Amino acid sequence: MIRLVQLELQKLWLNRTSKILIFISFILPFTVLVLSSIKINFFGFFTLELGELGIFNFPIIWHITTFFASYFKFFFAIVVVSMIGNEYSNKTLKQNLIDGLSKKEFILSKFYTIVFFSLAATVLIGVATFCIGMYYSSYTEASIVFREVEFLLAYFVKLTGFFSLCLFFGMLLKRSAFALAFLFVLYIVEWLVFWGAYEIFDSADKAFQIKNYMPLESMYKLIDQPIQRIVMTKFPEKAELGYDYAVHFSEIAIVMGWTALFIFLSYRLLKKRDL
Amino acid sequence: MENILTINNLTKKFGYLTAVKDLSFTIQKGNVYGILGPNGSGKSTTLGIVLNVVNKTNGDFHWFDGNTNTHDALKKVGAIIERPNFYPYMTAEQNLKLVCKIKGVDTSKIEEKLEVVGLLDRKNSKFRTYSLGMKQRLAIASALLNDPEILILDEPTNGLDPQGIHQIRQIIKDIAANGTTILLASHLLDEVEKVCSHVVVLRKGEKLYSGRVDEMINSHGFFELKADKIEELKSILEEDDTFGNVKIEDDLITAFLNEPLSASDFNALMFKKNIVLSHLVKRKESLEEQFLQLTDNLN
Repeated sequence: MIRLVQLELQKLWLNRTSKILIFISFILPFTVLVLSSIKINFFGFFTLELGELGIFNFPIIWHITTFFASYFKFFFAIVVVSMIGNEYSNKTLKQNLIDGLSKKEFILSKFYTIVFFSLAATVLIGVATFCIGMYYSSYTEASIVFREVEFLLAYFVKLTGFFSLCLFFGMLLKRSAFALAFLFVLYIVEWLVFWGAYEIFDSADKAFQIKNYMPLESMYKLIDQPIQRIVMTKFPEKAELGYDYAVHFSEIAIVMGWTALFIFLSYRLLKKRDL
Repeated sequence: MENILTINNLTKKFGYLTAVKDLSFTIQKGNVYGILGPNGSGKSTTLGIVLNVVNKTNGDFHWFDGNTNTHDALKKVGAIIERPNFYPYMTAEQNLKLVCKIKGVDTSKIEEKLEVVGLLDRKNSKFRTYSLGMKQRLAIASALLNDPEILILDEPTNGLDPQGIHQIRQIIKDIAANGTTILLASHLLDEVEKVCSHVVVLRKGEKLYSGRVDEMINSHGFFELKADKIEELKSILEEDDTFGNVKIEDDLITAFLNEPLSASDFNALMFKKNIVLSHLVKRKESLEEQFLQLTDNLN
């Protein structure tokens, strides 16, 4: 396993483009997080300090940071599709197999790398969130600090799932640009499914329930948007603002199911293909 | 003798096209094999199948004694298919390190193998800056990293300039001299003739011949002769049953043998018959002539 990760890391690390993209996908969310936590003075007109909004309080901070940081996954998604696209365009996939890598090992080396980076991103965001939270939060009792730490798990599953989807599209289409375009196509397809379900059941709730099983939607649903929750804390008397923002086990299971399916399909695809 | 590769009734279909048809042959240790055939005769497909990148339709093959699975066996094989495939953004050394990691061998051989192909002074240049000849040589170095039991080369001199072709052939000969089994696919007959001891001839995916190069057709060779009394010589040859076909082109007589006869015995015979030869060469058909004869026979 370590050998396979090492292989892939060498391929990525010596490629300047992917090195830059990896840096961006790690450093950018970190920078945004740090910048948003400091007091910004707009030329003496007013000062903006997000910390005062209470968003850096435990436990809500776990929710907020993981939600916003997950948008930076697109940078690493480019790395994932190009690490497949390049293998095809350089024909190094063929050479790797001839040199004695099995097709299974090839897919696993990509998957392990995805898991490795997702894990690294999760640990990084976890540590950063913890530090900022300890600095700003009004409550620092352990029971409150670690209350919603499951958002980190959701974040990890979400990244792994999304990158596995990218891996599958990369294997399917062999070209990085097509694979990224296909992500957008899938997004539209999911809305078409929603529309179809709405036509059949004549109920938006039911249609959303079905859409929740689709790959992109299920990943998005893992960490619900936290804006409404922030508003909720400001106006606790408005009950109609309430919504279910928690991380559910069923949501994690759906995404993990998709992840397993995408990896399996990638392997099947490679096995059947003549190179 | 120890078998390295055994192929039994291998068939590959691409839709309607049958690229390889019921092919069987065995590669034994220590020989230099050529796979001969015109373009599109199924050479690369056959190699692709045994190298795990093309899926077979029917039949089977096994490496070595049949107890190792293909991808483990490939770690003991060195192979180059068509074009050299490496990561363009890595240097030669980095590329070879990656291959070492895949094959699970130590990186200590990298310098030695780069030396063999004469690329040691360019080891820190990126692969994309290499000329085609250098890329091909790097591919050979890469295939040699694990000191393979068998080296498989698919058209290794394709697209190279004469100097590059010469370099590659010299490297192949040196490797063969060390006792490494080599399997060389090519449509260039003189290339196979120069380096191979055994040959498998393919046409449209079917095997026409497999065996030693010099036994490819039943032939005892022929004499090329010149003499002053050319008419007399011709009539003697035509009367003699030892000779089959006798041809005259300008003043050169070509006489094909029906049975073995050495040049010195023939010379003595002619001398007895009062004919003095001014030119006597005994030759075997070139592989090209044999190949054409073989493919013609089946047409």
